[in-house]
Amino acid sequence: MDTAARISRIVRCHRGRADALIEVLHQVQDLHGHLPRSALLQVARELHLPLSRVQGVATFYHLFRLAPPTAHRCAVCLGTACYVKGAADLARELETRLGVRLDAPEGDGTWALQAVSCLGACGQAPVLLVDGEMVPRLEVDAPSRLGWQLDQAGLPAAAGGVP
Amino acid sequence: MSAGRARLRCCQASGCRSVGSMALRSALESARDRLGLTAEEVAIEPVGCLRLCSRAPLLAVDRADGTEDLFGGVPLELAAELVQEAGRAASEGPTHPLSAHPLAAHRVDPAHPFFALQTPVVLEQCGRINPESIEAARAAGTYAQFRRCLQERTPAEVREQIRRSGLRGRGGAGYPTGLKWDTVALQPPGPRFVVCNADEGDPGAFMDRSVLEGDPHRLLEGLAIAAFAVGADKGYVYVRAEYPLAIERVRQAIRQARQAGLLGEAIAGTSFSLSLEVRVGAGAYVCGEETALLHSIQGERGTPRTRPPYPAQSGLWGAPTLINNVETLAAVPAILREGGDWYAAMGTPGSRGTKVFALSGAVANSGLVEVPMGTTLRTVVETMGCVPDGGTIKAVQTGGPSGGCIPAALLDTPVDYESLLALGSMMGSGGLVVMGETTSMPGVAQHFMRFSVSESCGKCVPCRAGTVQLLLLLDRFASHQATPADLERLEQLCQMVKCTSLCGLGQAAPNPVLSTLRHFRQEYEAACREPRTCVPAAHGEVPVP
Repeated sequence: MDTAARISRIVRCHRGRADALIEVLHQVQDLHGHLPRSALLQVARELHLPLSRVQGVATFYHLFRLAPPTAHRCAVCLGTACYVKGAADLARELETRLGVRLDAPEGDGTWALQAVSCLGACGQAPVLLVDGEMVPRLEVDAPSRLGWQLDQAGLPAAAGGVP
Repeated sequence: MSAGRARLRCCQASGCRSVGSMALRSALESARDRLGLTAEEVAIEPVGCLRLCSRAPLLAVDRADGTEDLFGGVPLELAAELVQEAGRAASEGPTHPLSAHPLAAHRVDPAHPFFALQTPVVLEQCGRINPESIEAARAAGTYAQFRRCLQERTPAEVREQIRRSGLRGRGGAGYPTGLKWDTVALQPPGPRFVVCNADEGDPGAFMDRSVLEGDPHRLLEGLAIAAFAVGADKGYVYVRAEYPLAIERVRQAIRQARQAGLLGEAIAGTSFSLSLEVRVGAGAYVCGEETALLHSIQGERGTPRTRPPYPAQSGLWGAPTLINNVETLAAVPAILREGGDWYAAMGTPGSRGTKVFALSGAVANSGLVEVPMGTTLRTVVETMGCVPDGGTIKAVQTGGPSGGCIPAALLDTPVDYESLLALGSMMGSGGLVVMGETTSMPGVAQHFMRFSVSESCGKCVPCRAGTVQLLLLLDRFASHQATPADLERLEQLCQMVKCTSLCGLGQAAPNPVLSTLRHFRQEYEAACREPRTCVPAAHGEVPVP
């Protein structure tokens, strides 16, 4: 089934209800990894909504992406508990290690680093997500241990030859 | 559970999952097979949060005498020992001496104040039952109160009990729940909606997630009772997208309840019908604000609107809508079972009952605690949380980005809505983050302001532009570039944003700054370029916006 047909099926599953727009966008993003303009146009048409409304919603919420994501993503938690346990230092360390800027969506083409505001794992602070997998209890105060933990999590060191 | 059958409960909440509780559970299952035991002899059950997240992954072993043993951080190699220990525990009553046993180092003392001082009401079954099984939930009494309401009580009687209980909204604002229910119920006839606000966005708060993940049927029962009490036949559970496991569990629970005839048309042979639907957020903190949440459920941008009209009068699609937080609704079944007066007997005159807190930061024991309202911060932080050896704490942050920092000198403050407000903080949803001596208070204020800048929805100017300006000022303090005039400007701008923003997010955004200015002013002064000049310029002034 081609993508357009899949999108139509998603809309039909929600019986074409306009109030399901956010749900529909979540599922369309699962198909593509992001929300391409063609998909937004199709969703607008099939939900009988102006494109401005669909575009407005897609740009309002942080989790919707309008550009294709990088192949790998690292999300560092900057919630209060993680912050108290050195997450700001951790974020700087990750910027250096990956050679990317925090919250630059395009990253280095392969890796992107983003900040999230709480993953609810405050008991394991500080934490980060590497491609959706949580890495807990990072030892920010012990550089060599931290380096090992980040190695284990699969995060390349910038000098380590990211393509 | 029958005596003699061994039972191991494995915490499968997000916190424990992140440190390998799934692998531990499979290791336990294979160890059981290797020992030639069956699931009938040794039950290994997934359960919700076992509270002490800092020792995750956690396991509980039930003893024949009804007590339990807790183990934390057990490595996979000790899985067989744990299975054997569970077998012993089920046959022998008293605790087996474990001093020389390899498991000894992993034992968690259930008599420690962290556990002993808890009063579980909302969390009474969390960690005891399998959250994926409606049979387990029903065996523990879930849905019994809902059925009783349908068969024996009128909506007005149900509301009367909630009013008597003195329950107040646990999302942070503390609006009396009974009053809210009455307001919705007494609107002119027509359709009504119930909504559970499970958009737990405050950094450092994970109470609601634990209920959603650990005992979803209790929440559904509370929501169903609320729907009955206000006459709604349609409800939504709005969960933030960052909680995938919670979303999965609630969806599953709704399916199971529907199959069991506890949701749907003509429930339990009565004329009452209720359908529930999960709505998933998309990463906008402001959607925790009730009017923004309603817009989001309707598939729109999650921007707030002015109130009145309050959602109780005009909410989803213009119909009267009851919005309650997860913890509020999860307290309802116990209140109806034991009576409103029972609940009101706990806590303080202004803040009844119990409150769940997510304790984290610079304490040895982080995790979930449920204590009666009015318990002092010192009890929660020092007695239950335990400050690590030799460490001292500087402040406790309550209420997330809308709250403030309470200095260590005021730790004897009882935790209730009014006392926290009086200190310039607020109850908020229940996150308690403990800060050690090294944490910079202007740095904390800057941290929260950055959060508010990024989460401002942009609808009203004071919040959209004011938070940005506040952050720029705070950056000057962080880089020691500030002047006495900046300190004055900071205070004035805080008052302006607080008084003129449209919704609670903007109105509360300056709170972290104001509370740290109030209790830790010397740190701001020290962060000025020439600290001495700050002192006379700004002391004692209360700028009027």
